[in-house]
Formats: sequence, structure tokens, C-alpha cells
Amino acid sequence: MTDVHPKINARTDALLPDPGIAEHAWRPTDVDAKAERRAERQVAGLFGLSAICTVLFVVAYVTLEPGPDGDIFLGLGASNLALGLTLGGALLFIGIGIIQWARKLMADHEIVEMRHPAASSEEDREATLAALNAGLEESGIGRRPLIRNSLLGSVALLGAPAVVLLRDLGPLPSEVVGDYQGAGLEHTVWTKGMRVVRDVVGTPIRPSEVEIGDLFNAEPEAIFPTEENGLPELHGAELQVAKSKAAIVMLRIPVDELVPGEGRENWHVDGIVAYSKICTHVGCPISLNERTTHHLLCPCHQSTFDLADSGRVVFGPAGRHLPQLPLAVDEDGYLIAQSDFTEPVGPSYWERDHDDIGEQGEADLS
Amino acid sequence: MSSHITDTSKVATSNSSAAVAKKPSKVGAAAGWADERLGLAAMGKKNLRKVFPDHWSFMLGEIALWSFVVLLLTGVFLTLWFRPSMSEIAYNGSYDQLRGIMMSEAMASTLDISFDVRGGLLMRQMHHWAAMLFIASMMIHLLRVFFTGAHRKPRELNWVIGCLLLLLGTLEGFTGYSLPDDLLSGTGVRAADGFIKAIPVVGTYVSFFLFGGEFPGEAIIPRLYTIHVLLIPGLLLALIAAHMLLLVYHKHTQWAGPGRTEDNVVGYPMLPVYAAKAGGFFFIVFGVTAIMGATMSINAVWKFGPYDPTKVTAGSQPDWYMGWPDGALRIMPGIESHIGPYTIAWNIFLPIIVLPGLLFTVLLLLPFLEAWITGDKREHHLLQRPRNAPTRTATMVALMTLYGLFWAAGGNDIIAILFNSSINDITYFLRAAVFIGPVIAFVITRRICIALQRHDNEMLLHGYETGVIMRSADGAYSEKHLPVAPEKAYAWTVRDRGHVTSIEGPSTDGATAEDANGVPAPKGRLAGVREKVRALYYADDVQKPTAEELAEAHHHAEHEHALQAALDGHAADGHQFDDHGGSVSENPLRGGEH
Repeated sequence: MTDVHPKINARTDALLPDPGIAEHAWRPTDVDAKAERRAERQVAGLFGLSAICTVLFVVAYVTLEPGPDGDIFLGLGASNLALGLTLGGALLFIGIGIIQWARKLMADHEIVEMRHPAASSEEDREATLAALNAGLEESGIGRRPLIRNSLLGSVALLGAPAVVLLRDLGPLPSEVVGDYQGAGLEHTVWTKGMRVVRDVVGTPIRPSEVEIGDLFNAEPEAIFPTEENGLPELHGAELQVAKSKAAIVMLRIPVDELVPGEGRENWHVDGIVAYSKICTHVGCPISLNERTTHHLLCPCHQSTFDLADSGRVVFGPAGRHLPQLPLAVDEDGYLIAQSDFTEPVGPSYWERDHDDIGEQGEADLS
Repeated sequence: MSSHITDTSKVATSNSSAAVAKKPSKVGAAAGWADERLGLAAMGKKNLRKVFPDHWSFMLGEIALWSFVVLLLTGVFLTLWFRPSMSEIAYNGSYDQLRGIMMSEAMASTLDISFDVRGGLLMRQMHHWAAMLFIASMMIHLLRVFFTGAHRKPRELNWVIGCLLLLLGTLEGFTGYSLPDDLLSGTGVRAADGFIKAIPVVGTYVSFFLFGGEFPGEAIIPRLYTIHVLLIPGLLLALIAAHMLLLVYHKHTQWAGPGRTEDNVVGYPMLPVYAAKAGGFFFIVFGVTAIMGATMSINAVWKFGPYDPTKVTAGSQPDWYMGWPDGALRIMPGIESHIGPYTIAWNIFLPIIVLPGLLFTVLLLLPFLEAWITGDKREHHLLQRPRNAPTRTATMVALMTLYGLFWAAGGNDIIAILFNSSINDITYFLRAAVFIGPVIAFVITRRICIALQRHDNEMLLHGYETGVIMRSADGAYSEKHLPVAPEKAYAWTVRDRGHVTSIEGPSTDGATAEDANGVPAPKGRLAGVREKVRALYYADDVQKPTAEELAEAHHHAEHEHALQAALDGHAADGHQFDDHGGSVSENPLRGGEH
């Protein structure tokens, strides 16, 4: 059985007698002057290699061109490779050298140190408690509840400025409405009669140009203002906000395969349907089309929506169908929106069912 | 070699313990100067030769510490060029494919660091690799601590600090990889906005405050930058300092072994050996990150391009340490509640907000839960072998299994492509597996631990199998067993016998059922639950042999040796008395008399 420290109360009993710390074994470097000198040379040699690597690092820094048009070595950027390998070598050789030094040449006698319990001694505890009591007594904090409580109250109230000061971190969701085109959680830049244009290029679309099974990304014309359409130009954050909510995916489905929701019978144009590209799960732009099933898969968390059936969720973690954009054709024969989305796009949120979507009316499926 | 052992006359000067005080040296003068101003001698006296025990697994926390230092160094370098702004500018750097494209200054400056600052790409890649090493080594360090029981009293608070470090490290990683404002990280931030909006009641407010209005706004990158370079690193530094101070105060745990007891610590002194090894190891960690940064491309943001809220890349995934909550999010069924005018998105709120919080709380509480169940209020400084705490080991393996399954779910699309299988089937399977898998892992691990405990007892009582097959005079074959080395046997047998309460008596048990007068304690009902949980915790735990069993087994072995020696000088055959795992005293002996 092991001796138990009088103050450490662990009693992990041993069944067999403690053989005691093994006798120290001399290393070759302790007893053989040749081995000792060899180890010394090894350690110094490693430090020397490190110095060589450092010099090479500086050389590589000065001579090698970085970047995509820079020097190439084995298909890798020569600058990055050389700087990293030489820096790595410079550091590793120092590390290995020091450890070699510790293992071969530094004393390797094991030392025993006694532990002390984590707790302070009884005397220390009593003295501390006495000091604490004396301090509290002299302050009179216990005898003067009026002072104590008023202090506590005023300090607690100091939390208010900390909270209030953070108020201007951002506007409330309801406050942004009307600040810019399509502002707010329930709105996008889509308006009645706004043309649907192709993503990236911004050209308007005729229904006859769209093939069956052809899935493509589209955006509201407002993203691409021109003199011709006379729309106000969106800048910076407002443009990003507009894109983040208004992006749509379009697909032409044979009309007989369409299962339009109630009140949505005339939202398609010859089988061309438009849905919000923003996943109703956590908001990734949806993009993967399964052509034979007209299912659309979100690449982030694999929610799958049926575009022939009002964007219904057929698989995955999304809790809601994709919002559909009602389509029509203008007098020039281009696709336009009948209105903004009739429900908020993107991920669900607490007040989602609460907010009045306005004149567009509710067309929630359930 | 053996001739050298006796020849200690040539012992190297460094290993002679007779280091006598010499004449005042330059070091001494400098130390004197410092002590007259700082009074460091009192602290140095105690700590310079502080003993640190040696074991490879004690190095895991060190990897975390040193990779944090690498993160600080490389991170400062990156801040010299990075511009945390979302103002849109046309990229005009040396990467052809993106020249003229509009992007945020954050993205453009990230490209500049990667292509136009010499060593910039190296520092970026080292920073990212070091972040992965930091979090991975913290996790493995956590597992080491838990599996060996190093979280027990008095180190519970250091466990809590360690858990907070892991949590903050993860957040630091997320805020860091979101900064370049590339397509992949922007998708991550967008998903984070969805997570925040799913919080009932306050979600949209929090989102609008964080983003300074509607997503994406122009505020998030500068704000994440402040959190990433100031707030979280400050907290990490403070907590790491506290972690280290507690480590020094408690002194490191050690494995049981010859001369190593609960009340001492055996190893090499801080100065010089431990300082040299730890310091050398810093250079090795730093050097390895440099070589990783040189040879392994990571987060090539120029391939993703700048963030555009209408675009996404297939196979979008967060950094690996964020993978498990993402997996939970993927396999959660799409449940939403509509209560009056309000919506609760359970499909987001539960897996990404509640579940991580819950599992983190469980992690924080593990040492306290264990202490409550076992009623063990003693200090522990000797590590436990994982097999000797089967329920604890099994609990962590179950948690690891849960983590692994969620993590696999985070790559369900990759798995589907890799194995050409249905993503639907994989998802349905994982929905069930996250509930069943941990239970199976728990049971199997517990049984393996108990089997290993039995194996230990076999080895102690009957020795190890030598692989030497003996043939006796009457033609029977058996394998020769030899006793395990005394140091090993000693280390194995340093462990509690039975429950803590059976050792300590009811006095250590804070919530005993009744007091001296037989009046039930106020927490009587909870105490009853605890009794039941405790019984389950220790159920089937195999105790080490008793001294009598050991003596008897050894006596048998000696007897056999003697018998065998008489037969033609053959060595002993110990096999005939280990043919079943029951009590040795029941074993009939071939010799009959002993």
C-alpha cells in the first residue's frame, strides 16, 4: 500500500508493493566522451542547418516572383513553396536540435516533488475568513442596508446604458421598410410589370426562347438599370440586399405536368414557372435541377422542392415551399412579374406569419 | 554498454548533481538586477525546477498552445494588409481571371495578400492550417483528459476553462474564415443569418443588429473582424493563461508506476529539460505549420470568387469543426410551427441553436455529473486507465459516436456521390443512427472495458502468454505463461477496489439517505435516483484480484515451476490453472498438494 499524503485524501490503494523509481541508467553520452562530442556536433549541426534554411528563405524572398504569373515549381507557386519549406526547415531544425540536446546531453535524472492539496491550510482559511469579516464589518455593508441596496440598484442599472448603446447597431426589421426599393423582410424589388431578365447579362426573356426542361437563373430588371427602362440605379449594400432576396429560378414544364396551387392557375406562362432562388431553410441560393422530376435541390442542406407542384418540399430539412413569382407577358412579348412575391422569401422567422404583406394578399399554401 | 554503467568517472558535467554555486556570473548579475526590482527569486525558487511528468499524451495540449502562438504571429502579419471593408471596388491585382470584377475590399485585399504580398499566401495558409491544428488538438486533448480521469477533483474548473477554450476557438474559426468575403464564406454567413432568424421572438432583431440592417448589408465583415482580432483572442489569451496557471498550481497528473503516487510528481525539472523539450516543440509545431502552408493549398478563395448572394457552389461546407451542427441541420425533418401570427422554425432552431448549446452544457457538466454519481470527493493526481472506468469511457465513446454521425451527416451529399448511393437513404439512416448509434457504442465500449479488466486480472494471476508451447511427459500440450514485469503489475494494481463509497463509508457521500436520527435527507428522492444511477455506473466493474488470490496464484505457479523443473529440467507450464476465469482457489491442481 502506498503512503497517503496526510492532506491529499486520495486513497488509490495498490495491491503490490511499490518497486520504487527505477535506477537511473547512464546514457552513452554520459559515459562516453566520444558519444558526447558526437551529440554535441549533431545539435550544433542541426542549428547550422536552420541557419542555412533562414539564409535560403531570404534568398527565395528576394529572387522568386509570387502570384499567378510568378515562378512555378512542380506545378506549385515557387515563391510560396520555397518560402514555406525554408521557413519550416529553419524552425524544425531548431526544434529538433533543442530536443536532441535535451535528450542526449542535458541531465536526465528524474526528480520527485511532493504535491500539496489544492485547498489552503485551515489556518489560512480562518485568517482569510477573519480578514474578510473584519473588512465587511468595518465597511458596515451588513449594517447599512440602505447604502448597500441603493449601491446594488444603481450598479445594476448601469447595465442599461450598455444595452441602450448597442441599440444603433442596426434598425429594427420594421424600420427599414420604405428606406429603399424592396426594403424589409416581406418585400423584394419585384413590382407589378417588372421585366424578368436573364442573370448576369440582364436581357429580357420571350416565352418562346425557353425550352422545356430548361432551368435558368433570372433577376428583376431593377438589378440592371438602363436608360431605356429608366429604373433607379441600386448601389452597394442596397444592390446586394436586392439580389439576396429577388433572385429567381425559372423552368419550363409541360403544362399537363403542372399542378398549380389554389389561386395560382394563371401564375405560369405556357408552363414557365418562376420561384424564389432563396432556400426557405436557411437561405442558400438553390441551384441543382433534377430535369426528369422537375425537382430542385439546395446544395447547402439538400432540401428538395418540386417546381411542378408550387415549390412543395419533397425532401430535406426545409419547412416551407418555395415562394412562387406570378408571371405574365407584357405588350412587347417579354416575361414580367404580376406582382412582388406574395409571401416573404428566404428562411423562416418569428414574425413571419404576423406581418401583413399588404396589397399583394396572402396566398399561403398549407 | 554494461561496462559503461559502472564507469561513472567520465560522467558528463551536465548530469552531475553536484552543481555548486560558482562565482557571480553574468546571469547571476542580471537576475540580481531583476530581483531587486521585481522580487522574482521567491517565485523562481519554487518554479524553475518544477517537475513535469513525461508521457506522449501530455503533448496534445501543447500542440494547441503552440498553434495558438502561431495563429497570433501569422494573424498579426495578415492584419497589416487585410482591409475589413465591404465597400465594392473593381479588383485590379495580378490574378487575371478576376481582374475588373466588382468585389468587396475584404475580398480584394485577401487576393492581394495571396498574390501580391511576398509570403502572404504562405502566412494565410499557415494561419488557416494552424487554426485547424488548434481546434483538432484541443479536441484530442479533451478526450485524453477525460479518458484518463484527469478531469476529476481538483481539476474540474480547468476542464470548464478548457471547454470554453474549445467553444471560443470554434467561434474564432468561424469569424476568421468568414472574413475574406468569398463565395463560400459568404454562403456560410448567409446560413448563419438564417440560423439567427430562426431564434424565436428575438431572431430578426438580432439579425438586423448584427448585420446593421438587412442581410448582407455593409457592417458584418468589419464587425466580425473586430470580434476575430480583438474580442475572442483577448478572451482566449486570458483563459489560456488561467488554464496554464491552474496546471502549474495543481501540478500535472501522472500515470501510476514505480515511485509515482497520489502525493508526489516524478519527472524532469522545468529548467532545463522540460523547458527545452516544450520550447523545442514550439519550433516543431511552427515548422510543421510552415511546411503545411508551403505544400498544402487551403481555402483557395480566388477559385470561389467574390460573394454574390444569388450564387452558390455545390458541395458548400463549413470548415470541419463546424461540420457536426451542419450535419444535424441536414438530417432534421422540416418541422415548423405556426402559432397564431408567429412562426417557430424547429427545423433550424433545434439542430443549430439548441443542440450545440445542449451538448456543450453536457460537456461542461461531465466532471460534476461523474462526481455526483460516484460521490467521490477525493483529490486525484494519478491517471486512470480508460478500462478501469468502463461507464465513463463508454459515455465519451457514445458522445464521440454522436459527433461522428452528425459529422458524417454534414457530408451526406459527398458520401452520396462517393458511394453512388441515395442521399435520401443516407439521410433517413442517419436520422435513426444518431439515436441508436451512441447506445450501441456505449454498450460495446463498456463491455470491451470490462473484458480488458478481466484480461488484466488474468495477466496478474497467471502471467502473460509466451507463445511457447510445451509438451508434458504424458503428451499434453500447453502454453507457457510468465509473470508480468513487476513495474507493470504494480502500475496496473494501483486503483480503487470497489465503489468509492464502500472505501470511504457513507461520510463522503454528501446526500446520504438519512441522518443519524433516521430522518430522510431533504433530497431523499434524488438520493434514491443517485443510488440507482451509481449502481448502474459501477455495474459489472471487475475488481483487481485480492492479495490472497494473488498469493495463491503465485504459489501455484511456483509449485508448477518446481514440478516442471523436476521433469527433465523443462520450464514451468502454467496453463493448467488458468483454464477458466473464476476464482483461482477453485482450480484443481494437477499436483494435488500445495
